[in-house]
Amino acid sequence: MGREKGNPRLWVQAGWTALTNGYLSGFAKGKIYRGPLKNYCVPGLSCYSCPGALGACPIGSLQAVLGSRNYRFAFYVLGFLMMAGAVLGRFVCGWLCPFGLVQDLLHKIPLGKKLRRLPGEKALRLLRYVVLLGLVILLPLYVVDFVGQGQPWFCKVICPAGTLTAGLPLVARNDGLREAVGWLFAWKNLVLAVLVVLSVILWRPFCRYLCPLGAVYGIFNPIAFRRFRVEERACTSCGACQRACKLDIPVWKEPNSPDCVRCGECQRACPHNALEQLGLWTKKVANDLTTQEE
Amino acid sequence: MTFLRRNLPALACLLAGALFFAFGVARGEQFVVFTKAVNLCLECIGIG
Ligand code: SF4
Ligand code: SF4
Ligand code: SF4
Repeated sequence: MGREKGNPRLWVQAGWTALTNGYLSGFAKGKIYRGPLKNYCVPGLSCYSCPGALGACPIGSLQAVLGSRNYRFAFYVLGFLMMAGAVLGRFVCGWLCPFGLVQDLLHKIPLGKKLRRLPGEKALRLLRYVVLLGLVILLPLYVVDFVGQGQPWFCKVICPAGTLTAGLPLVARNDGLREAVGWLFAWKNLVLAVLVVLSVILWRPFCRYLCPLGAVYGIFNPIAFRRFRVEERACTSCGACQRACKLDIPVWKEPNSPDCVRCGECQRACPHNALEQLGLWTKKVANDLTTQEE
Repeated sequence: MTFLRRNLPALACLLAGALFFAFGVARGEQFVVFTKAVNLCLECIGIG
């Protein structure tokens, strides 16, 4: 990927991950951070039971509040997601998510034939909305025990970020936890293993198909401050942007697709500079009548 | 087109998000988040 040379994305991802998951003594002791920063969500999928985590995972937090017997709606977490979504959309996925970084690194391993999509790709990409609605919202809300307490079903049966960054390091360092593992741990490790192998040949399979947080941010992509604009007078529909996109998005037709993680590769590949990323700082846009943002 | 008009939906979401966030704090929802985040989450690990 010669075009990725000089792209600061990997450094931003690594720096952000080091900042939000930088409680190093947690890894050494096999314990988690318990300070006041854990009141606040981080924007990406970063497990709060990771020994290095300094903040709270928004998807775990959403399930915790919805599953709590005291609340039927999660204003605090949804408010945070709306603010992050409105400003950044899925830019969070491309630049600020530790589990996105893990998949990016796995995809750099030069093994196997790299795929652009799987059979049934379109339908598979809808799965993340099913995961969001079913495992993150409805089950924690409605499948409750005798005191009215629900469970975080997404964390329990799927989340590979939890398995990788919390399950494996904590089980490795705690005898008690090691004795408690059973079929659920085996199942979650199987999900993780499949995604790890798939990530080597297919870019970001978890983000494409399963991540409920990506599903939320994707809804904001068309309206976020951080979005794409196509300069139609410059665009020749040559398709260079789509060929550069590892998610195979027809960027010139659909610049603000809910699948786009704002990695910026399409923009760098466009020979006519027809793609522009708008942001909070973009005051004035020239030739508005000849642009497309939807 | 001005910055405000071009970003009206984002501004509306930002404002609504801030109000939701503040209302959530007023209801004490952040204590649920904090309590969950400072205790080992057995479901995340794959035990619970
Ligand atoms: S298991 Fe996954 S969703 Fe749950 S808190 Fe951890 S990272 Fe977040
Ligand atoms: S889709 Fe989920 S895992 Fe992927 S980068 Fe976005 S938040 Fe992270
Ligand atoms: S459309 Fe562009 S920015 Fe979005 S994922 Fe594809 S290459 Fe990256």
